[in-house]
Amino acid sequence: MDDNSQKGFGKTQSKTNIPAKVHQFEQALLSLDRLAAERVLIDLSDSSVTPSQYVEQIIVPALDHIGSGWEQGEIALSQVYISGRICEELLGKILPSGRQSLQPHPKMAIAVLQDHHQLGKRIVHSVLRASGFELIDYGAGITVNELVDRIKRDEVQVLLISVLMLSSALLVEDVRLQLDRADLDTTIIIGGAPFRFDENLGQEVGAHHTCLNATEGVELVTRLAGIEK
Amino acid sequence: MTSTYMTSMQRVLTSLGQKEPDRVPLFLLLSLHGARELGMSIKEYFSKAENVVEGQMRLLTKYRHDCIYAFFYAPIEVEAWGGEIIFHENGPPNSGRPFIHSFNDIETLMPPHISRSDCLAEVLKAITLLKEKVGDDVPIIGVTMSPFSLPVMQMGFDKYFELMHDQKILFDHLMSINEDFCAAWANAQLEAGATAICYFDPVSSTTIIPRQMYLETGFKIAKRTLARIKGPAATHMASGRCLPIIDDLAQTGTVIVGVSVLEDLAELKTACKGKLTILGNLNGIAMRRWTAADAEAAVKDAILKAGASGGFILSDNHGEIPWQVPDHVLTAISDAVHKWGTYPLSWIKEHG
Ligand code: B12
Repeated sequence: MDDNSQKGFGKTQSKTNIPAKVHQFEQALLSLDRLAAERVLIDLSDSSVTPSQYVEQIIVPALDHIGSGWEQGEIALSQVYISGRICEELLGKILPSGRQSLQPHPKMAIAVLQDHHQLGKRIVHSVLRASGFELIDYGAGITVNELVDRIKRDEVQVLLISVLMLSSALLVEDVRLQLDRADLDTTIIIGGAPFRFDENLGQEVGAHHTCLNATEGVELVTRLAGIEK
Repeated sequence: MTSTYMTSMQRVLTSLGQKEPDRVPLFLLLSLHGARELGMSIKEYFSKAENVVEGQMRLLTKYRHDCIYAFFYAPIEVEAWGGEIIFHENGPPNSGRPFIHSFNDIETLMPPHISRSDCLAEVLKAITLLKEKVGDDVPIIGVTMSPFSLPVMQMGFDKYFELMHDQKILFDHLMSINEDFCAAWANAQLEAGATAICYFDPVSSTTIIPRQMYLETGFKIAKRTLARIKGPAATHMASGRCLPIIDDLAQTGTVIVGVSVLEDLAELKTACKGKLTILGNLNGIAMRRWTAADAEAAVKDAILKAGASGGFILSDNHGEIPWQVPDHVLTAISDAVHKWGTYPLSWIKEHG
């Protein structure tokens, strides 16, 4: 974060009630009101807030709160999904230069391993992008061999895997084995329904980290990237 | 309460009447394991009704449990609509690419005729043959996806969410088509000999949507659809959560609710008492590495929390035990129910 933006934000903070803005933004997302969400960010842009500050101070806390609301059964998964999509769109639309100015982070990719259920991946992908991270999307139905080949080719450092079926979850072990054999130290982060039902499954299949929801994914990736909150 | 022997049907009906039968009924909801019994691939197994009949009969004898499960696989319903199915060697078949490509496709969508669908015909044939074998001694459980949950496979989850939120008219239209199909499919199974219908409705669970949204959607749909199904229904949340909507579920006309291990069984039992019978809630995913002692502990714990005064059928929490669960675990579960599930549950008093 450069010095000027720090100052700019400091100036804004004295005028702008950030928690109130987060709340407003979150309400707009929960009502799936793209325009209202956009207005909150546009209002802030008058007060010289930098893109990474939008992300860190408004978008991430709002998505984080929405994610925890799902965990507690108060918020629909559809709201989590669509909120992530809206934030992703907004970042691209009103902050076209936003991405470049965000913190550098390890090269990341996400895939649905030998499984065709994409929603989990879509949610995690949107929420991560909306939180300022860029990642390669390998799509769904990818096999272990294909995945390992692409990781090598793309020099991926952090690999996020989503699955819905237990049989697919068990294949993560093969991914880990092949990566180890190739002497790659790619960090494997996994998530998806089977891991929510068996807390030992992630460790069993050799994942480095297991996440129960997308919010945990963002927190973990932020930590791995060495970004201070 | 007496401990005279009952048939599985008597045992289940007594428990549904919120009374204690001779022992806690056990539903081992096994579909894929039939293929293993017959030494067949999963794809071959489900290609012929006779295989499923043989598989279910062997599983019934082997595990001494209390139902026949006439479930092939959830996406068989989209197969009937012309959708693609992906078979796996060591897991359940999945739906492939959705057949509703754009919202406009919904306007012209026609449900399949049950009698003209080859895959559904195999299920009906299996039910008929199974009924000839077990008569009225063992309940045969038929299965249908709810009209509200089926679209995930018809169009993909993300598109379905967008439909739900942004396209009210098309959403209602799809529901009305799916309700017709669901009622017809359930009734065909009942006519073939199914005792009850398991109505899978996990999109209604609070894992996916909050109660307020459920009341506006899944609840009304279930009320309308279950009223058209001419037999008893069990609503299954496929391991999604449902504690906040128990009272609502009771008003849909369902008699049983399939509950998740992610919620406390004792709390669920209190909420359901006198209104609904609980089906659940052993953790099928964790089960694959249970020891006999783990199985016994899990069974005991479930009976302790939900067994008293009937209204309880022990089963897994999803409505299908994964392929990876070994036979010795299933045997251990069955043994434990026979050991600890005999009424009266006097050992519970000693527990305090
Ligand atoms: C709704 C539901 C259904 C619906 C819709 C399913 C669908 N998506 O297509 C219906 C009724 C159609 C259905 C059918 C079946 N289902 Co189902 N279903 C569920 C349920 C309740 C929710 C699944 C879901 O889609 N959730 C939404 C996704 C987005 O949630 P999620 O994967 O948990 O993702 C969240 C987090 O885990 C996390 N996350 C996910 N990935 C990642 C990755 C990373 C890196 C990170 C950080 C985080 C992360 O973020 C997400 C949001 O925060 C679950 C049980 C449950 N309680 O979760 C069973 C479940 C998924 N079903 C299961 C099965 C087996 C089936 C069937 C195969 C049954 C059968 N024999 O036919 C069919 C197949 C369906 C098909 N498409 O072909 C099993 C799968 C595990 C297994 N036993 O192998 C489950 C887990 C039930 C269980 N406890 O065993 N099902």
